[in-house]
Amino acid sequence: MVAAGLYLKRFYTVVRGEVLVLPSRVIVALFFLVLLGMPLISQDPYLIRIIVLTSIFAILAASWDLLSGFTGQMNFGHALFFGVGAYASAMLNVHLQVPPWMSVPLGAAAAVLTGLLVGIPCLRLKHTYLALTTMAFPIILMGIVFALPDFTGGELGISGVQRISNSLIGNYYIYVGIMLVLCTIMWKITDSHTGIIFHAIREDELAVKASGINTTRYKLMAFCLSGFFAGIAGGLYAHYMRIAGPSTLEVSMSFTVVIWAVFGGIATIYGPIAAVFILFPLLEFVRFWPEYRMLIFAVVVLLTLLYMPEGLIPWVRDKIEKECPRCKIRNVSTRKTCRICTAVLD
Amino acid sequence: MNIIITGLITGSMLALLAIGFSLIFGVARIVNIAHTAFYMVAGYCIYVLSVKLGLHPVLGMLIAVAVVTVLGLLAYKFLIDPIREHEAAVLIATIALAMIFQEAMLLIFTGDYLTVTALIEGYFILFGVKIFYQQVLTFGVVLVLLAVLWFLLMKTKLGLAIRSTAEDREVANLMGMNDSRLAMITMGISVALAGFTGAVIAPLTVLSPFMWMEPLILMMAVVVLGGLGSIKGSFVAAYILGFTEALVVFMIPKGAFLKGSVALTIMILVLLLRPEGLFGISFEEER
Repeated sequence: MVAAGLYLKRFYTVVRGEVLVLPSRVIVALFFLVLLGMPLISQDPYLIRIIVLTSIFAILAASWDLLSGFTGQMNFGHALFFGVGAYASAMLNVHLQVPPWMSVPLGAAAAVLTGLLVGIPCLRLKHTYLALTTMAFPIILMGIVFALPDFTGGELGISGVQRISNSLIGNYYIYVGIMLVLCTIMWKITDSHTGIIFHAIREDELAVKASGINTTRYKLMAFCLSGFFAGIAGGLYAHYMRIAGPSTLEVSMSFTVVIWAVFGGIATIYGPIAAVFILFPLLEFVRFWPEYRMLIFAVVVLLTLLYMPEGLIPWVRDKIEKECPRCKIRNVSTRKTCRICTAVLD
Repeated sequence: MNIIITGLITGSMLALLAIGFSLIFGVARIVNIAHTAFYMVAGYCIYVLSVKLGLHPVLGMLIAVAVVTVLGLLAYKFLIDPIREHEAAVLIATIALAMIFQEAMLLIFTGDYLTVTALIEGYFILFGVKIFYQQVLTFGVVLVLLAVLWFLLMKTKLGLAIRSTAEDREVANLMGMNDSRLAMITMGISVALAGFTGAVIAPLTVLSPFMWMEPLILMMAVVVLGGLGSIKGSFVAAYILGFTEALVVFMIPKGAFLKGSVALTIMILVLLLRPEGLFGISFEEER
């Protein structure tokens, strides 16, 4: 009893000292709590469906950020990984009756393989060449899908994919849980030693090379990691929609991912996730106005970028938090002095 | 014979589009995804002017090109110029712009396929193949346009400025070339080219709000294949891909599905051997 009390007190101190001091951390904590507690408040199937789909796309957008935001390898064909993941797990599930808990990781493995296949030739290209070349891959694959309708279902796709869980709430927790775990892993990766090298490759590849780091290996690693997460997102999508169709490979799919990530702010991981959680429900919200849906989406994105070219989330973060000029620790913008080193904040 | 004709027409269309895209990329480093959307808008303008309002088609074409050019300049001035330092943001802005055009056209004209009447009706038969006069005309116009463009770029002072800015922006700036004004002018030329392409192609194809997607991909393939910023490269690559597409469509069963794939595979294979494209000058590492 006493031990539990002490433990709780310790927990409270940690929460007060580490989470409540910064509004951005409070927001993240609230985000976790709200997502996990959502089914207790409402069990509306429509709402749950939107949140599940949003979670899937949040993984996708964050995985794009891991590759393109961090290492600066602009990938305009991110739908390739998503589509490969979706098709691979759907085919395994439908043709070979592999259960979902195996088919999704296998789909992700297929996406990693694709990442290697695409990454090795593409690493010779830079900047715009890379962006435009990567855009070609999903289209090539789509041509193949259409040309082999017996195997891939052609235009209709593969339908009849098994659900992961048959209960509504069970499904919800599986998807949201996977999303939260994967996004935390991605965020941790970018926070690690590897993440710093990714950052450095984007800023100045030559300097990284000069420091004795094999940049090719790291870039390839970024391709594979990103492919892995996007592949999982694809597999989850196929199992949720119960169909893997050519729409997962479309150009607009690749574009939408880029839009989400840039709108939220690249090289942050949390930016794209937040952007998906804002933009995707927004798109659903204007559903009763179908003709203007995409128009509103495009206009919102355009106007936001015009005033916040760095992305929405970094802009918001700069408004509510200040960086201490001396020790580089972030503080609430209402504070006059730094919470660590008491230097005066300007 | 059919292959040659289709290849020539597709190749010419791609050449015009790709050169416009390549110009604005070279001068201002803007990847203008909305480029082919302007081409679509031009097609619709002609439809309104010549079919709905009953103007003479040639007049309709000229007005359409003017409208599209003004539209492009406005978009550049208000949407792209303010965020030019942020490359990713510019990219998204152009994608959003293309989507706005698509949706606007979808709202105004609905998704139905529309056709524009040809300038000259009729056809003649050569080696047993029907050749429409419109096709000959389109090809002729494209050649004239390319010649004019070549003259503009190679023989005038403006062309010199554009070429030198494309090669090295900083040095060109130091030599007294007004970078932002040049970018504006190039944007105008580039969009006008897209407009012209739309104008000459419109009678040969059907109009739909989604018609910008397919040429966009091929145009990018052409630009990458030919080498970014190289006009000659774009020209050659456009015909290579144009003919490939025609060959695939006519020779392989189910070729219509594969035409994009084959063209893009060629692009990737060439890039593997020559990462800077066929005629590209490898850009000095920009840091």
